Amino acid sequence: MATLVQQGAEAKVYATSFYGRDAIVKERFPKTYRHPDLDKKLTHKRVVQEARCLARCQRAGIDVPALYNVDTYTNVIYMERIAGRTVKLCLLDPETDQAAAVQVATKIGESLAALHAIDIVHGDLTTSNLFLRDSNGSLAIIDFGLSYHSHMIEDKAVDLYVLERAFLSTHPDSQAIFDRILEVYLAHCKQAQKVFAKLEDVRLRGRKRSMVG
Amino acid sequence: MATFSLTSLPNYDRTTVISLGLEGSANKLGVGVVRHTLLQPLSAQFAGQTIQATHLAEALHGQQVDVLANLRHTYITPPGQGFLPKDTAVHHRQYILPLIAQALQEAQITPADVDAICFTQGPGMGGPLVSVAIVARTLSLLWQRPLVGVNHCVGHIEMGRQITGATNPVVLYVSGGNTQVIAYAQNRYRIFGETLDIAVGNCLDRFARIINLPNDPSPGYNIEQYAKRGSQLVDLPYAVKGMDVSFSGILYNVQTLAKTRLGTNRSTSTNDNADSKGQPSTCPPLTAEDLCFSLQETIFAMLIEITERAMAHIGSQEVLIVGGVGCNLRLQEMMGEMARQRGANVFATDERFCIDNGIMIAHAGTLAFQTGFATSLADSTITQRFRTDEVYVAWRDD
Repeated sequence: MATLVQQGAEAKVYATSFYGRDAIVKERFPKTYRHPDLDKKLTHKRVVQEARCLARCQRAGIDVPALYNVDTYTNVIYMERIAGRTVKLCLLDPETDQAAAVQVATKIGESLAALHAIDIVHGDLTTSNLFLRDSNGSLAIIDFGLSYHSHMIEDKAVDLYVLERAFLSTHPDSQAIFDRILEVYLAHCKQAQKVFAKLEDVRLRGRKRSMVG
Repeated sequence: MATFSLTSLPNYDRTTVISLGLEGSANKLGVGVVRHTLLQPLSAQFAGQTIQATHLAEALHGQQVDVLANLRHTYITPPGQGFLPKDTAVHHRQYILPLIAQALQEAQITPADVDAICFTQGPGMGGPLVSVAIVARTLSLLWQRPLVGVNHCVGHIEMGRQITGATNPVVLYVSGGNTQVIAYAQNRYRIFGETLDIAVGNCLDRFARIINLPNDPSPGYNIEQYAKRGSQLVDLPYAVKGMDVSFSGILYNVQTLAKTRLGTNRSTSTNDNADSKGQPSTCPPLTAEDLCFSLQETIFAMLIEITERAMAHIGSQEVLIVGGVGCNLRLQEMMGEMARQRGANVFATDERFCIDNGIMIAHAGTLAFQTGFATSLADSTITQRFRTDEVYVAWRDD
């Protein structure tokens, strides 16, 4: 018995149970707009990559959904169902005051530093992919669908840049909150200086630059 | 809550506004005349000194928009050659005056009927932008009419919304110079995703040059025709990074294939990963058509993917395609298929409005003008990089 919880861009997510535990099933369905060969290649690659990244994070003690089972034939991953809500909802909630938002930002900074310390690049950091556990308020990173292993500073910088853009477009008046994330990241990540220098490059690259001033 | 001073608005005591729109940010020179007609003058609908942003937005949303003239002249270069800023500027200077005269004639108006002169302020190529801006400034002084500087991307978005009736869509803006996924929030068109290097149209145009396709009517159109006859999908890099995409690596890859592998049999390849499992030698030789097909399939899949991600992220059920590459029927078909899977709606326009034109500049400029916006002569300089989200969208309040 599985009920559809969410249809994301990539996959359908169902709530179910796995040997008595609350679980979600993430099923990547064929994208009919893509050429079937391309679709098969991308889907398979992403299922394997997602499972690997989840397992790596789990081993390093980073809060992510626990991995239960992977099926690369049907492109399905079973994982822990976390009770909680997204950071997006939390920040959009009028009851979340500045102090609470800063606290959330601190947790995000710590988690991202830990993630990048083991060379995992999330690839799709948005406030919808950051989850706050009801049980202990811990910040879990979810949806490793576009994640990969990389030690390159460039990739980590782009990861932060993706978050910055998603963050500021979803929560337009929250520059201070985002700055807090970077501040905590700096304090917790050894490579942070290098990543920040690269982040500047990424921001200035190509068409992203504004010529005002 | 934002308010506007009622008496200072052009529609205070009359229903119509007629604008001239001048576009020349790339190799198309566009001149358009458009007439906006409110149901009744603002003074008849709203009493008092000020008007709420919500009410003004509502009044403007319900107005009638008539295209009185839509003329375009395209600078077409020989095959294998792109358009250079300097030569393009010369082209624009040569054609703009006769084109404006013809537009006024077609619209059956005189300069006295024009209420505002709208021109593209950026983004685009410097030389061509300047040559058109100079004409706009001169007309403004000569006819004593206000200037309205327009962001090219916002022009595309507003024209698309107007033509298709989409209310609050996620916008995929794809052209020779721009690749952006845009959604409206709090009076700005915010960029959710974009290219990290070259634009998608630039990637297609440059590949067309490599395989020597003509630039007439456009390189992208010719690639599309070739792609229809392609059948083999070759393995190209797939570069989606979160909400963003990258095309330069793909272009390099497909260019290398074009130079080294055209006409050779796929299975004889040593460096093509797709064939490492030892495909039978029954594969026909690789053709330019196959490369066009593979290029389109790969880069369009990337664009659809980031668009879908933006739709999922903000929970939108509408998607609008604008920009020159938006004319590509395969892209529209793929977008339609994605939308069908999500139960969403696709809006697209045809080449009259997809490809750069003067009407879109006139239309977006008029919307700004109707909220009391005008560009002073001193501020009428052009900006090659003019971000979509720099524009304050005063004419919407949702």
